[in-house]
Amino acid sequence: MATLVVNGTTREVDASPDTPLLWVLRDSLRMTGTKFGCGIAQCGACTVHLDGGPVRSCVTPLSAAAGRNVTTIEGIGATRAGKAVQAAWIRHDVPQCGYCQSGQIMSASALLAKNRAPSDADIDAAMSGNVCRCGTYNQIRAAIKDAAASAKGA
Amino acid sequence: MRAKPMNASRREFLKTSAIAGGGLIVGFTLPGAARLAHAAGKEAQINAYLRIAPNNAITVLCGLSEMGQGVHTAIPMLVAEELDADWSRVRVEQAGVDKAFVNPIFGIQATGGSTAVRGHWEPMRKAGATARAMLVAAAAQTWKADAADCRTEQGMVIHKSGKKLSYGALAEKAAKLAPPKEVKLKDPSQFTLLGKSGTKRVDTAAKSNGKAKYGLDVYLPGMLTAVIASPPVPGGKAASVNDAKAKAVPGVRQVVQIPAGVAVLADGYWAAKLGRDALEIQWDHGANASLSSEGISKMLSAGAAAGGAVGRNEGDAKAAAPAKRIEAEYEAPYLSHSCMEPLNCTAWVKKDGVEIWAGTQSQGPAQGILSQVAGVQPGQVKVNTMYLGGGFGRRFAPDPVIGATVLSKITGKPVKLVYSREDDTRGYFYRPASVTRMTGGLDANGNAVLFTANVASPSIMEASHFMKLPPDGVDEFGVEGIRDCPYDIPNLRIEYSRQEPGNLQVWFWRSVGHSQNSFFLESFIDELAHAAGKDPFEFRRSLLGKQPRYKGALELAAEKAEWGKPLPAGVHRGIAVVFSFGSWCAEVAEVSVAADGTPKVHRVVAAVDCGMTVNPDIVKRQIESAIVYGLTAALYGKITFKDGQVQQSNFHDYRMLRMSEMPKVEVHIVPSKEAPGGVGEPGTPPIAPAVANAIYAATGKRIRKLPILG
Repeated sequence: MATLVVNGTTREVDASPDTPLLWVLRDSLRMTGTKFGCGIAQCGACTVHLDGGPVRSCVTPLSAAAGRNVTTIEGIGATRAGKAVQAAWIRHDVPQCGYCQSGQIMSASALLAKNRAPSDADIDAAMSGNVCRCGTYNQIRAAIKDAAASAKGA
Repeated sequence: MRAKPMNASRREFLKTSAIAGGGLIVGFTLPGAARLAHAAGKEAQINAYLRIAPNNAITVLCGLSEMGQGVHTAIPMLVAEELDADWSRVRVEQAGVDKAFVNPIFGIQATGGSTAVRGHWEPMRKAGATARAMLVAAAAQTWKADAADCRTEQGMVIHKSGKKLSYGALAEKAAKLAPPKEVKLKDPSQFTLLGKSGTKRVDTAAKSNGKAKYGLDVYLPGMLTAVIASPPVPGGKAASVNDAKAKAVPGVRQVVQIPAGVAVLADGYWAAKLGRDALEIQWDHGANASLSSEGISKMLSAGAAAGGAVGRNEGDAKAAAPAKRIEAEYEAPYLSHSCMEPLNCTAWVKKDGVEIWAGTQSQGPAQGILSQVAGVQPGQVKVNTMYLGGGFGRRFAPDPVIGATVLSKITGKPVKLVYSREDDTRGYFYRPASVTRMTGGLDANGNAVLFTANVASPSIMEASHFMKLPPDGVDEFGVEGIRDCPYDIPNLRIEYSRQEPGNLQVWFWRSVGHSQNSFFLESFIDELAHAAGKDPFEFRRSLLGKQPRYKGALELAAEKAEWGKPLPAGVHRGIAVVFSFGSWCAEVAEVSVAADGTPKVHRVVAAVDCGMTVNPDIVKRQIESAIVYGLTAALYGKITFKDGQVQQSNFHDYRMLRMSEMPKVEVHIVPSKEAPGGVGEPGTPPIAPAVANAIYAATGKRIRKLPILG
């Protein structure tokens, strides 16, 4: 048994320590907002926050997450940056198929939490690990800038 | 895993779609039998597509699959426009499989071929107009008034006296009325919703908070998760299997051999994957053990050199004696669709039938196929269509649906079959490779007088299992985008040589044959323009005198891109125009090339003539999306073979375009009162040639083989 704090709630998980956090969230906790895309940290669909920083949950073993604070797409709206990002995503109608967008929002929220006014280069650096097959990159960029502006005004 | 044959009656549908262009509408009727009060409570079912609740909430049922293209928004908009509904009260519900939801262009219930709006433009408006007429009749009855004295607005019937009743108040009464046989649809000038900017997608919130449910998000009690060890060489099979170590992995419940390979079933994905890793399998690689990309290229090249079945023949290409003749061979590789959501399906075979949960583009055919797989009647197969994490044609194929159903039948339990990214990349159903040899000729004044193309590629029609190569021997998809060359050239001949290296399973890939043939044609026309010493835009324009909509799209793209005006140093333009799926799309790419030869695409300006639009914001996003899909493939996409095995496996070696490489994109819509065209695919074909032509303008180097960074 391992103990995780997921979106502020303590959860007991019965899984082997080498199980990737992604599958603990999905198969054990049935939290399906975090997505499986590649399994080798190449697409970012599985991005969650560990103690506030973005990680690829598909290559993060349970043992590395045990006892730490895990934030997922289901909980990111409770953070200042996450709330601003989700609102901007809706204003810009960013998603198409939507499958990558949990990961995009988690990466964008992590970016805004540490950088309130990201430049294009900052956005490129923070977001280029997240693949979108529908090609919503320009809308993601616009939404991040909008989220940054709205969070500043708040 | 290969597709099982679909019913013979379903054979013609894609062929029809490919040539229908403006949209062939067949056999639409409103099923009267569906006018029953909805079982859930007080909602009244007005017709198969529409329920209205007493609180005025309107539910539109959508039988098409939402894969990002926006059907869950567009279909309700079509209904709401003619219904005069209050859009803020309209919601959408995914429908099951039913004849009411047959795609009018395909003749089956399926999503693809950029058909959603083309096929449903009239039927869904009729559904809304019919319901509106019934609501008006119900109000007139209530008031003992003349229906002609009633109008509708924002979900209300309003009498000329000023009396009003809401649709919710009238729905129960309206549902009991006979639907009118004829309804008059609005003139487009009366539209308040269709064609206007500003209507948001209905699925954005759920796709921004993790609540949207895709196929992979389905969990059933007692469900096993399965992964399959497939033969590493297509056509191979397991000669011997030692599953002792796999079965020893905690959580692994069963290992079974099925035609697709060796399946490991476990309590969850990770255990299933570890179990598969522990399998010891001796593979018999079969006839493809030495299949290689070099061999495939040679075979295709020989086919293109020899020529084949004649697909189009005008003038006398063989006798033509142009002043200047140029020849070139072009090549495009196999491509994987690589949807963001790896392929999957959850199936539960029970005594009384089969239920599946899948992000599928072909729920109608799935019903028929699974009834054969499970030995039940089609009516006993229930298909729950989930959101699709990308489709692009790949989710039209039934392999995951069949695999999950076979495994559930064997185990007696609900089974979720999951493809890892590696399984997905190596799962075949590829866009076919093609080699095409072209000849062009110019007269002494630089006028194009000759164009020939010999296409050599596998046949998607034959690979589909529901179509056959037509008697003339020309695969529709093999030549689309080049046989329909729009340029006014007097001597023109197109031949098709069917080549099947390795008998690989090929399939429909966003924009299908246009994805390679438009690259061939639009690059080669550029070669001709340069050989004639003419501007590539003006050269095309001069050959499109009889093609006003091609010309219109081309001119708008050129105008918006300021074709001919100087760009910053090192940046060059390329242009291309393509008709596909009922729409004309022209693109101008602005590209610079680094000293090491790496191109950077700075901006793409697109112009699309897709007739009237439902939601122009979504149209623009679809064109942009299709550009990214095509640009990704043009720059990086290739599936290659060595010793019979696919060499790519995941996103590190099957590269995707990323944020830092994303060009600015501008999309302009040609104003039109013509019938709607498709929008999901037409943005893809022009981008590869537009970029390749810009690279030529920048460097003088002609790209004749994709990918560009090959």
